[in-house]
Amino acid sequence: MSESISTDPFGGLDTTSTAVTDEQLLPELVAHLREHRAKLRDEWARRIQEAHLLEAMTAQEMAVETTSVYDNYVEVLETGSVEALQQYARDLSERIIPRGVETHEVVGIVLLLRDVLARSLFEKYQRDFALLNQILDAYEPAANRIANTVAVSFVEERERVIRQQQDALRELSTPVLPVRERLLILPIIGVLDSERARQLTEQLLAGIRTHRAKVVVIDITGAPEVDAVVANHLVQTVDASRLMGASVIITGLSPTIAQTLVTLGVDLSKMNTIGDLQGGLEEAERLLGFTVTKEEGTSQL
Amino acid sequence: MSTGPALFSILRQGQYLVASVHTALDDSQMLRLQGDLIDEIGRSRSRGIIIDVAALDVLDSFGTKTLGAIAEMARLRGATTVIVGIQPDVAFAMVQLGMGTGAVATALDLEEGLAFLEDRLSQPSTARHTP
Repeated sequence: MSESISTDPFGGLDTTSTAVTDEQLLPELVAHLREHRAKLRDEWARRIQEAHLLEAMTAQEMAVETTSVYDNYVEVLETGSVEALQQYARDLSERIIPRGVETHEVVGIVLLLRDVLARSLFEKYQRDFALLNQILDAYEPAANRIANTVAVSFVEERERVIRQQQDALRELSTPVLPVRERLLILPIIGVLDSERARQLTEQLLAGIRTHRAKVVVIDITGAPEVDAVVANHLVQTVDASRLMGASVIITGLSPTIAQTLVTLGVDLSKMNTIGDLQGGLEEAERLLGFTVTKEEGTSQL
Repeated sequence: MSTGPALFSILRQGQYLVASVHTALDDSQMLRLQGDLIDEIGRSRSRGIIIDVAALDVLDSFGTKTLGAIAEMARLRGATTVIVGIQPDVAFAMVQLGMGTGAVATALDLEEGLAFLEDRLSQPSTARHTP
């Protein structure tokens, strides 16, 4: 609830005609913004469209979101508490991040709203410069705090999503799968960074011991890129596996990776590589003495 | 050369010698292992050597180099060497420090090592049996 009576002891002593205290200013501001809510909100939505922001959203969603952001904005100006806005910004971020809304768009729309409101204040108080100054003194810090809160909430939410995805990736990162007696497959999906490469080595060497593997097929069809550090790590993993008595076949080197590795000068002369996983499995079976035969006429399919 | 109790044992198993290392060896113990093994090859007319390092959680560069040397010396004396039981951590540390065992054969454990030697020695060696 806003106070309507000044408690400023100097308020009455002020000699200028525009003597209004801050306590009165904000309610006045808020009342103004509430009064012109529809007009200002439409103006804002128009500016957003002009700036080509939030194009991932439909017109209807835009209308709903702009209304709630506007109301939240005015509420923060009124109460000075950003908690509700923080919560709302987080919810909003959660909804719009998966749709590819960028940080600059979110910051952009909040700054646009700040601008739209400031302009309307200019318009209203343009005749009384001193009062306008006071109004802006009250408005600016609050508006800045709002912009700050929304931007930070958005970035925090984004970081939370990224962390969550990283954790998920790490969990399903490197399964070591036995496919035949003494034959392991290690499919690598996703970007291999040095942390994942380290984990991969650890799990592979442990897997060789548990499954008493003689042949390991590492399939990197699903790895989009490999840098020099990771490539060398892979070579070391192959050497270490050999020390533990297992031979390694690498399959699914993409054209890009093949070119990168040779350009980087990684020594792959000791690596046994085969084009695809199927070829790798066939070679592994040959090494282990398995033969797979297809029986004529017994297929269930 | 070190005196005192040996930190390894050399056992004869048919035509093979099995040397198991019980704990981390210092340089002099390592050389003693080398000397004893090479002597023993002649005495028991062994065709294969298995060096079991499963008990080791570290293998330094001197140890690695000596294992390579033993393999080469044994080859000159007519025996094939296989190193077994290298632990995952040890294997990766060795590779990272650039200390591969070179041309020496490795196998997962004693059983695998024996299978490897059986396999290797059942084929006629090109060096010895050239017609």
